[in-house]
Amino acid sequence: MTQILMPALSPTMTEGKLARWLKAEGDAVKAGDVIAEIETDKATMEVEAVDEGTLSKILVPEGTDGVAVNTPIAELDGGAAEAPKPAAPEAPKAEAPKAEKMETAKPAATPVPAQAAAAPEKDWGATKPMTVREALRDAMAAEMRADKDVFLIGEEVGQYQGAYKISQGLLDEFGPKRVIDMPITEHGFTGMAVGAAMTGLKPIVEFMTFNFSMQAIDHIVNSAAKTLYMSGGQLGCPIVFRGPNGAASRVAAQHSQCYASWYAHLPGLKVVAPWSAADAKGLLRAAIRDPNPIVFLENEILYGQTFDVPTDEDFILPIGKAKVEREGTDVTLVAFSIMVGMAIQAAEELAAQGISAEVINLRTLRPLDIETVVRSVKKTNRLVTLEEGWPYAGIGAEVAMQILENCFDDLDAPPVRVHGLDIPMPYAANLEKLALPRLEQVIEAAKRVTYK
Amino acid sequence: MAETAARAARGKGASKGANQPSISKDQLTRAYRDMLLIRRFEEKAGQLYGMGLIGGFCHLYIGQEAVVVGMQLCLKPGDEVITSYRDHGHMLATGMEARGVMAELTGRIGGYSKGKGGSMHMFSREKGFYGGHGIVGAQVALGVGLAFANWYRNDGAVACAYFGEGASNQGQVFESLNLAALFKLPCVFIIENNKYGMGTSVERASASRDLSKNGSPWGIPGEQVNGMDVVAVKEAGERAVAHCRAGNGPYLLEMKTYRYRGHSMSDPAKYRTREEVQKMREQNDCIETARKMLLEVFDAREADLKVIDDEVKAIVQDSAEFAQTSPEPDESELWTDVLVESR
Repeated sequence: MTQILMPALSPTMTEGKLARWLKAEGDAVKAGDVIAEIETDKATMEVEAVDEGTLSKILVPEGTDGVAVNTPIAELDGGAAEAPKPAAPEAPKAEAPKAEKMETAKPAATPVPAQAAAAPEKDWGATKPMTVREALRDAMAAEMRADKDVFLIGEEVGQYQGAYKISQGLLDEFGPKRVIDMPITEHGFTGMAVGAAMTGLKPIVEFMTFNFSMQAIDHIVNSAAKTLYMSGGQLGCPIVFRGPNGAASRVAAQHSQCYASWYAHLPGLKVVAPWSAADAKGLLRAAIRDPNPIVFLENEILYGQTFDVPTDEDFILPIGKAKVEREGTDVTLVAFSIMVGMAIQAAEELAAQGISAEVINLRTLRPLDIETVVRSVKKTNRLVTLEEGWPYAGIGAEVAMQILENCFDDLDAPPVRVHGLDIPMPYAANLEKLALPRLEQVIEAAKRVTYK
Repeated sequence: MAETAARAARGKGASKGANQPSISKDQLTRAYRDMLLIRRFEEKAGQLYGMGLIGGFCHLYIGQEAVVVGMQLCLKPGDEVITSYRDHGHMLATGMEARGVMAELTGRIGGYSKGKGGSMHMFSREKGFYGGHGIVGAQVALGVGLAFANWYRNDGAVACAYFGEGASNQGQVFESLNLAALFKLPCVFIIENNKYGMGTSVERASASRDLSKNGSPWGIPGEQVNGMDVVAVKEAGERAVAHCRAGNGPYLLEMKTYRYRGHSMSDPAKYRTREEVQKMREQNDCIETARKMLLEVFDAREADLKVIDDEVKAIVQDSAEFAQTSPEPDESELWTDVLVESR
């Protein structure tokens, strides 16, 4: 008897819907027969049998949502080997974060509700669980309802419902004049959107990933970010450039890069990097309303993760304010985007070892809320920065330098950076894992600065 | 095809001896005045540059005046204009004040960008002028964005995106042509073919011998126009603008023109002969042609033209004085206008 497992259709898939069985119990199947259809947030795909035999038992009925990758979905009698495509290596499982501790190529980082927010952040009251994906969609929908000058353009944002399904349902609600599919022509359509923004419209430009924004970076840098200054304040550019940034999983060097420090380098831009669904919703709404050009760096692996989000219709977060996700007294862990999850995990581990770590979620990279970091370091006297990207001229380097400038005398140890390796992202699973920051490195860094 | 019709229509300008001039005396007088203003302004700018009062890059429009002035005769308030770094002429033609432009050239607070933009970066939303862009070709995609905004707002306005024949080889220009055609955006693409992209002649830069066809893969009608003749420019411009305003999508005009001066002030001009430049000036100068037409076809008097000459001279003189007396920006201006400070 062979078990047929729920396959992963992409390296980042954690679960999917078993949409339809095309074979019934007792049916004979040959290798290559389509036996079932599976849906994820990105795609629908057919599952083919790789073995011959009889489908003896269906374990997961059709229509079942949220089937985790590698769950047995059926049994096949008479076959020798394993079932369909083996699941891609270690996709993060939101349900079982502890088991993923060592799988740092994809820091699982299941959100721990921030119980101890120190910053006097406004209390928005009741919350409900929501994925980052839904939060981003809801933020765009809310702002598009409120302001007819807001529109979304990008590749596959309309009819396809978004390459990562962020814009799901927006075309239906707002129509093709406000949710506009673009040809694959980033340089051209980014310039077009910037030109439209100069007249006062408020475009949201979706890059399928920020890797492709390199085709368009001249317009982000030279046309969007500098024109206000060059025009003596006359010509603003209210625009949001958004999309997934950083490493996804097993997509190699050209598709796995963090652009945080590239864009944060530039006066005239604001750069936002949300972690939780609440961050995503509150900050994207603020970004769309902001009269300045904004680079909004999302993360593909976070899209499917669930967090509590305030239900208040007016919920919004301020750009330029960091959040203390967890209070602590011995060491400050500064992170943004997906690394916030790892920082929180590390803080939990460290607590078990008697080290109290404070976790700061930067949320905005420019302008940088260094005050919040300084306040923390004055208390803990130790700094560890986390980022997925390269260390050279990176965000960690900037945070550490600003801390040296602001509170050198408060430091009891040199700051330590945890970061991705200074190499193009390798494809091989083992090498990729090594190239990305790992939980044990964060713990080790925290111990090093606390001399433990 | 619209292209064929447009090509057939081309070349029957009033200056070619048609009995019915396609331009009124008022229009031609205005064109003459605006072209002369640009010429005198640029000559003065060249002079101030030589005196060290203008720094950095300074790209003069001398010789090409008929292009933007002729096109402006076809536009209405609310239409937009965007161009490259050779932009002083476009600013003056859209009605921006000579004082503000010249003071920007000298880097003074009285300049359109408070002295923070310089020659290549001036804007006037009020006059529909969106720059002034220093990255070759960028203004074409931005210009399509202006047209996109007109389409989005459905306000009937038309955007004019100017670029040189050098920029016409940029990848984003072709992306822009495709986008404009795909969404039927009201955008007139205007190639100012002055034959040289810096020192590289068009023959050495483009495999195409007819840039007006550059939009043809996307079905964009195009025309080659005598860009040294303001009447021919106006006629072609009217066809183009009407086409766009009617919702038929973009239109492309290749203006055959010529710059008398170097690419910028620091151009050694080794790539062409003095004779070539001289011949152009003597035989094809747009201002001389307009002047002759005013006198011969419209019976203008020398004295009327003298009034215009004097007015222009006074405006330019005033702008030069203003540009030297307006103070440099206060040091506090370093930190303003980086971001819109709000909420």
